[in-house]
Amino acid sequence: MLCPRDRGPLSAMVRLALLGTEDLDLERFTRLADDVPAEGVLTDADLQLALWTLYEPHYGGFEDVPADREWDPRLLAARGVLERRVEAELRRRTGDAVAAGLAAEGPLGERIFDVVAADDGPKVAAYLHRHATSEQVVDFLRERTIFHLKESDPQAFVLPRLQGAPKAALAELLYDEFGGGRPSRLHASMFADGVAAAGLDPRYGAYVDDVSATTLAVNNAMSLLCLHRRLRGAAMGHLAAFEATSSVPSRKIAAGIRRVGLPEVVAAYFDEHVEADAVHEQLAARTICGGLVEQDPGLEEDVLLGVAVCLHLDAVAGAELLDRWNHGPAVAAVAADGPERVAS
Amino acid sequence: MTAGGAEGHEVVAELCPRGPMLLRGVSAVRDEHGELHEATRPVVAVCMCHRSQRLPWCDGTHKAVRRD
Ligand code: FES
Ligand SMILES: [Fe+2]
Ligand SMILES: [Fe+2]
Repeated sequence: MLCPRDRGPLSAMVRLALLGTEDLDLERFTRLADDVPAEGVLTDADLQLALWTLYEPHYGGFEDVPADREWDPRLLAARGVLERRVEAELRRRTGDAVAAGLAAEGPLGERIFDVVAADDGPKVAAYLHRHATSEQVVDFLRERTIFHLKESDPQAFVLPRLQGAPKAALAELLYDEFGGGRPSRLHASMFADGVAAAGLDPRYGAYVDDVSATTLAVNNAMSLLCLHRRLRGAAMGHLAAFEATSSVPSRKIAAGIRRVGLPEVVAAYFDEHVEADAVHEQLAARTICGGLVEQDPGLEEDVLLGVAVCLHLDAVAGAELLDRWNHGPAVAAVAADGPERVAS
Repeated sequence: MTAGGAEGHEVVAELCPRGPMLLRGVSAVRDEHGELHEATRPVVAVCMCHRSQRLPWCDGTHKAVRRD
């Protein structure tokens, strides 16, 4: 992948610094970042792309960027500037949900399932199931390439930060995400096979110039939580909410894919997630999050923060997709279903 | 509920409250009709609510059952 096209001054500064064309002026960068109003941070395409681009050297990197930029102190400082804005806004938006989760009774694993069940975000899977056109399904797949083509990579960074039962359970979950020893069953590879069959470019990052700010925000939140040991509780809370909102929606999406007549291999990825995530949600909510908080009760609030962040960003991104596709009654008609998300 | 494989036992079935039974290290599950279903992942979730559309595996449908 090449360093993405900039979408404004922040992402332009990051791009030029990564390419080595122009040193990053941290003062100017901070000023520009501070100019973005708090409530706009999650939907600002320039800021979110800048952050996504700063994270990427920790994953697959860019072909046109020297590998040692990953630990360039000035770029890390710039990343920190954006991370502080994003984290503050995520905390602001989820404060009430976290407080409610802390006040609720029962084992943490159960509470996570209760919080997810009570969530009534936009019903993207239900729309894909019953109403979406073939083009809208493909549009959905295109947005999801940013996440699914490096599926579970962010969470793999958390493994060394866990111990004992939660570590064993995360390793078990990741082993399944990474194909259980079979490269063709890597979830990212299964998704690549699906998007290629749907007529899209299966190379990671092929659509980063096209996806929405909220798609980037969803992915940035995972990197933010997973790359900071301080936030490991939130990273695992996010994972639990993600997994706990996947198997039922995956079934609907697979049915929608078959309804519009896309190839079977596209649906196969979602079929796999109906079963896989029915396992993963139990591991993530009970063994990983429950076990983590048993070991360190101080992490309870962070776990609930991660749960709330996942549900909130999914609602924001889902609302945007439904809005883009259709303002009509088909969207209203799916409003009666249960909570949902998509495979992880 | 604790993590599986513990205390010298080779296979520990794990019953999840209001959810499935997790099995580690099994190669297949035989259903009530005698049919054998291959386990294709390191941990499988066997449906305990009998409402899954992918029996014998859990597909998350148990969450639609009222809890009180
Ligand atoms: S126990 Fe999960 S669907 Fe039956
Ligand atoms: Fe997955
Ligand atoms: Fe998963």
